[in-house]
Amino acid sequence: MGEVKVFGVRRSPYSCRVEIALKLKGIKYDFIEEDLSNKSPLLLKYNPVHKKIPVLVHNENPIAESLVILEYIEETWKGTPILPEDPYQRAMARFWSKFIDEKCMPALLKAAVKERENKKAIEEAAELLKILENELEGKKFFGGDNIGLVDIVADFIGYWLGLIQHVTGLELLTKEKFPNLCEWSHEFLSSSIVKESFPPSDHLLEYIRSWLSANPSK
Amino acid sequence: MAEEVKLIRTWSSPFALRIVWALKLKGIEFETVLEDLASKSPLLLQSNPVHKKVPVLVHNGKPVSESLVILEYIEETWKEKPLLPEDPYEKASSRFWAKFSDEKLLPSVWTVFISQGNKQEEALVPALENLQFIEEQLEGKKFFGGEKIGLLDLAIGWMADMVSVLEEVTGLKLIQEDKFPLLSAWIEIFADVPEIKESGAPREKLISKFQAIRDAYAATK
Repeated sequence: MGEVKVFGVRRSPYSCRVEIALKLKGIKYDFIEEDLSNKSPLLLKYNPVHKKIPVLVHNENPIAESLVILEYIEETWKGTPILPEDPYQRAMARFWSKFIDEKCMPALLKAAVKERENKKAIEEAAELLKILENELEGKKFFGGDNIGLVDIVADFIGYWLGLIQHVTGLELLTKEKFPNLCEWSHEFLSSSIVKESFPPSDHLLEYIRSWLSANPSK
Repeated sequence: MAEEVKLIRTWSSPFALRIVWALKLKGIEFETVLEDLASKSPLLLQSNPVHKKVPVLVHNGKPVSESLVILEYIEETWKEKPLLPEDPYEKASSRFWAKFSDEKLLPSVWTVFISQGNKQEEALVPALENLQFIEEQLEGKKFFGGEKIGLLDLAIGWMADMVSVLEEVTGLKLIQEDKFPLLSAWIEIFADVPEIKESGAPREKLISKFQAIRDAYAATK
């Protein structure tokens, strides 16, 4: 089966995505926690292009970019699929994953973290969340009855965002405005595998608090 | 079964051209719906309400958006003449570099061509670095896909047309043969593949279009 290593950072939602997928499929792996202010020579060797985490190394072959890693995991270990069989449904899952990474994540980071006094940034983030809210209509998970690719990619929304809101008082993802997303988040976090893959909330809250005080809003 | 395949695109979009290439390489019959982005059709807005962009592939009434997502959909729906390798690691590599092309390479090359003077000098640094990464991917290969064209060739195929047009518009030779021998050779072989050759947008039209864009950027400084 081969040796699986994950170079990551436990407090990074991108890194956690990879762990969720591996754990869902019951794959054993070694986790190497990187210090991003002092990146290891191995990380730089395995991801010379971007020099970022996460990187999955399987039998000495490195793969970078979390969405690419998730597809690789899906194709290599066929148990507990995270993508549907039907090509159209697969295309939809990939579409939404891309939407989350390319549109939602930058907007959410801006509204919740980088420019947290900026009302316009918050409105823009809310508009994007509304699109995801509608996508969840009538579904338990983005993946349907079970956790799938899109749920994994939305992990920041499911866990980090709530904790950041708790610290800053931001009211972006609320039950009144986003009942489906809040319900989804609850279901998502009820999964023991998901919970195991995330840093405990008290650790993350502490990290968020110290990051925010070191980085005042623009 | 009667298949209905429509491609909503503009005459010049390099992202849409990828889809034309893929459909032609797999021998799939399709209908083109040309869009005027200044006046988007109800069909486009219905088919891609999230981004309102081209290309959109509509297969038997069901729309798929985002060119790389569309390419994967085509690959999985029409299995003849595969564009992706079988091996999961090789597949991952193609996907990684396709993402790199869209997120890093294309924007950095574009910035070189719309900038002037000092800004252009600065823009050259990341663009040349990115081109070097891609150059290395061609080591020992005819196409990015190996012996045959693959998904990564289609993803990077915008270089074949667009770069020479941009070089003509700006007078700046970005992909110099001595610096990028493999990429230069690939551009020629790729452009020569019949399905690619017959699909390009009219060169003169592209030159006018990019000249106008570059002038507009210079005017807004």
